[in-house]
Amino acid sequence: MGLFGFSFKKVKQGLAATRKALIDPIRQLLMRELSDSVIDELEARLIQSDIGVKTTVHLIEQIRKSYKAGEIKRGDEVIDFLKAHLIEMFPPADRAIHFAESGPTVILVGGINGAGKTTSIAKIAKALRDENKTVMLAACDTFRAAAVEQLEIWSQRLGVDIVKGKQGGDPAAVAYDACEAAVARGVDVLLVDTAGRLHTQDHLMRQLTKIRDVCAKKVPDAPHEVMLVLDATTGQNAINQAKLFKQAIDVTGLFLSKLDGTAKGGIVVAIREQLDIPVKFIGVGETPDDVEPFDPEKFVDALFS
Amino acid sequence: MLDHLTEKFNNALRSLSGRGKISEDNVREAMAEVRNALLEADVHYDVAKTFCDDVVKRAEGTDVIQSLRPGEQMIKIVHDELVGLMGPVDTHIMYVQPGPTVIMMCGLQGSGKTTTCGKLAAYLKKKGKSVMLAAADLQRPAAVEQLRTLATQVQDDVTGPGAVKFYGEPDKCAEYGKAVGVAVKVCRNALKEARKQHVDVLILDTAGRLHINDDLMGELRQVDKAVQPHQIYLVIDAMTGQDAVNSAKAFNEQLELDGVVLSKTDSDTRGGAALTVKSVTGKPIKFVGTGEKIDALEEFHPERMAGRILGMGDVVSLVEKAQEQVSQEEAEALQEKMAKGKLTMDDFLDQLRSVRKMGSMKTLLGMLPGMGQQIKNMDIDDEQLNQTEAIIQSMSKEERNNPDLLNQSRRRRVAKGSGTRTDEVSQLTKGFDMMSAMTKQMAGMSKLQQLRSLSGLGQQDLASFGTSGGPRLKTKERSARKRKDRKKKSRGGKSRRR
Ligand SMILES: Nc1nc2c(ncn2[C@@H]2O[C@H](COP(=O)(O)OP(=O)(O)OP(=O)(O)O)[C@@H](O)[C@H]2O)c(=O)[nH]1
Ligand SMILES: Nc1nc2c(ncn2[C@@H]2O[C@H](COP(=O)(O)OP(=O)(O)OP(=O)(O)O)[C@@H](O)[C@H]2O)c(=O)[nH]1
Ligand SMILES: [Mg+2]
Ligand SMILES: [Mg+2]
Repeated sequence: MGLFGFSFKKVKQGLAATRKALIDPIRQLLMRELSDSVIDELEARLIQSDIGVKTTVHLIEQIRKSYKAGEIKRGDEVIDFLKAHLIEMFPPADRAIHFAESGPTVILVGGINGAGKTTSIAKIAKALRDENKTVMLAACDTFRAAAVEQLEIWSQRLGVDIVKGKQGGDPAAVAYDACEAAVARGVDVLLVDTAGRLHTQDHLMRQLTKIRDVCAKKVPDAPHEVMLVLDATTGQNAINQAKLFKQAIDVTGLFLSKLDGTAKGGIVVAIREQLDIPVKFIGVGETPDDVEPFDPEKFVDALFS
Repeated sequence: MLDHLTEKFNNALRSLSGRGKISEDNVREAMAEVRNALLEADVHYDVAKTFCDDVVKRAEGTDVIQSLRPGEQMIKIVHDELVGLMGPVDTHIMYVQPGPTVIMMCGLQGSGKTTTCGKLAAYLKKKGKSVMLAAADLQRPAAVEQLRTLATQVQDDVTGPGAVKFYGEPDKCAEYGKAVGVAVKVCRNALKEARKQHVDVLILDTAGRLHINDDLMGELRQVDKAVQPHQIYLVIDAMTGQDAVNSAKAFNEQLELDGVVLSKTDSDTRGGAALTVKSVTGKPIKFVGTGEKIDALEEFHPERMAGRILGMGDVVSLVEKAQEQVSQEEAEALQEKMAKGKLTMDDFLDQLRSVRKMGSMKTLLGMLPGMGQQIKNMDIDDEQLNQTEAIIQSMSKEERNNPDLLNQSRRRRVAKGSGTRTDEVSQLTKGFDMMSAMTKQMAGMSKLQQLRSLSGLGQQDLASFGTSGGPRLKTKERSARKRKDRKKKSRGGKSRRR
């Protein structure tokens, strides 16, 4: 399955190695007859994936019920059970990207500090460019030191256009200029990078809403996608992040970054459950190639590895 | 902020007090709730489990079993245990002679290393150190430029006797994976340059990396070997979940950390990662990052963090706790008097005594976000309280009920009786007048406002009669700094306005 329907080949070797090393003892455990201690172990795994206490308790309850009813007998059957459950939660329709019918598609990207916004934009830009779409970047992070330079380097490396403003300038004004330029130059996709901000900083969240409003005013139906970039190592706080970013800019999907580490990113399950936000992409490294469409099956496998 | 945790914790304790005496079983039951609360605060599964087992062991000791107020005892045990695990505070940076003292910053991608380098430089500049910031991240686009900008900003905008320089070799930058190992050379050159320029502290900003990336971790070990940093700090995001255990462990095993910086604590995270990291590395959390700006670096306070993890930064329950110190009727009687402005010296004495009782509550109050600061920083001086008591006790009943009677000759008598000086007695009456005026105002306020103005009291009014009759309440420089910051903000920061 490809990112936007084209194929994706890159597998991370180092990652595969570490995962393999971890898998065997767990498989052994799970092949065993289900018992309270096996269920406890499953509970530990779920908690350790950051899926959250509530969701874990909920899932474990269901497992116990099915176990008592004789529907499942072994640990590995639980995985199948959970897989089915979670896959149902993340249907393929989730991963669809909404493109504009005519004129530029605007993708607004937000998230807390250091989540991986700028890098994720480079990844999406490259994937689109490789699909022969014309791409433009908007450098709306006018705050953080060298943030514009960072995006500019990506635009040069990828050979795509960039619209930038002055350091310390109004980010909404940059968005305005970028939308205008995107329409004028007839680009296919405009990717809007924004400064990292904590969801608890009201004035900065309002600033983000303003950027969204500017896009909406300049380009019909924009923004067509609003991606919240979420660092997979984030714990329970991610729920608050998603809630408040959704309020401010009506997030349409998550970009779950840094899944190439040992963190499982289980919090997206709770976010899907509580806020109905799907996961669209995952980030698995620092280069523009390190992006994959979210694959719930692989994701669930990794939860237990 | 919604505090699920407080809720759970209270539930657990309510069930304890409802059943009277504590048995081993109901402690366990309550601790299961506490465990869940810790997990919701992102404390690692194993760490939470060990923690709860330890607390249960302690709680099963005689103290709690025989206690009449099990809930409070439990809070205290849990809280103390947390504080104990996360402390002690150690923000000391050891400087070597001759310099430079070399500090290396490392951590996962995006954790806040570069920003922390800038903040630390500002911190050191204020302390009069000359600092060199060296850019050892040659891989992330514009990382060198980011550090250069921060160095300039600290040098230009932060006032302090020190100086901040920058070292970088931007021509050595390369795409991801193509500059592995180059950092070693750059760090070596930076050290040479730092020696030549006689800087006190050299700070190395390394590239973000995964703890499971052998090549990049190997690079850090090489830098470690080549320049032998005196301090290696791990910068970790306060919002990190269960994975904190893996990354902290790996970094510590491969580099032998000296300390941890917990960044982005200005978010609404519970910050359980702090406990996780401390328990798996055993290394002190030195600083916390409290914002994006260059001065947003504070020393770590384990009590505050413990309160945060437990969700105890809850004003209402603190007010309740404060009220327990004074009985309900006493409080109501006092309120009435306050409203009428009819405060007597005896009331004043009672108030002072309850301030003294509050000494034990300092830690608790200190956990209040924002306002607890002043209270935490005030020293309640027992000797001064004794003197105040002595002075008031040397007054006649008449004088205590109506302090206006205290003319110069009466004051002399009171001074003699209490073994103090006349001016000390005068100071006290002045303080009393101030306090009555204030309490009159306070009577119309809500509990929260009262508590707030109480913290203001520590800052100004009580301090003003601190040296003589009243309790000596010192507020340290932080509140003053905060005030200055506010002023700055209202003018709009020069270049860093958003
Ligand atoms: N391992 C790994 N690192 C990533 C991934 N995505 C981003 N990063 C790294 O994370 C760090 C932060 O990424 P940025 O793209 O600068 O994050 P940002 O959200 O734009 O940061 P601010 O603009 O400062 O808020 C960089 O070092 C990136 O290389 C990923 O999927 N995997
Ligand atoms: N709110 C807040 N933001 C912070 C804090 N510390 C750092 N940041 C922000 O977090 C983001 C990442 O910080 P950096 O210093 O670039 O992180 P880094 O670890 O050097 O990142 P890489 O070099 O890409 O691995 C930036 O947007 C910073 O402004 C903090 O204490 N609070
Ligand atoms: Mg960025
Ligand atoms: Mg950096």
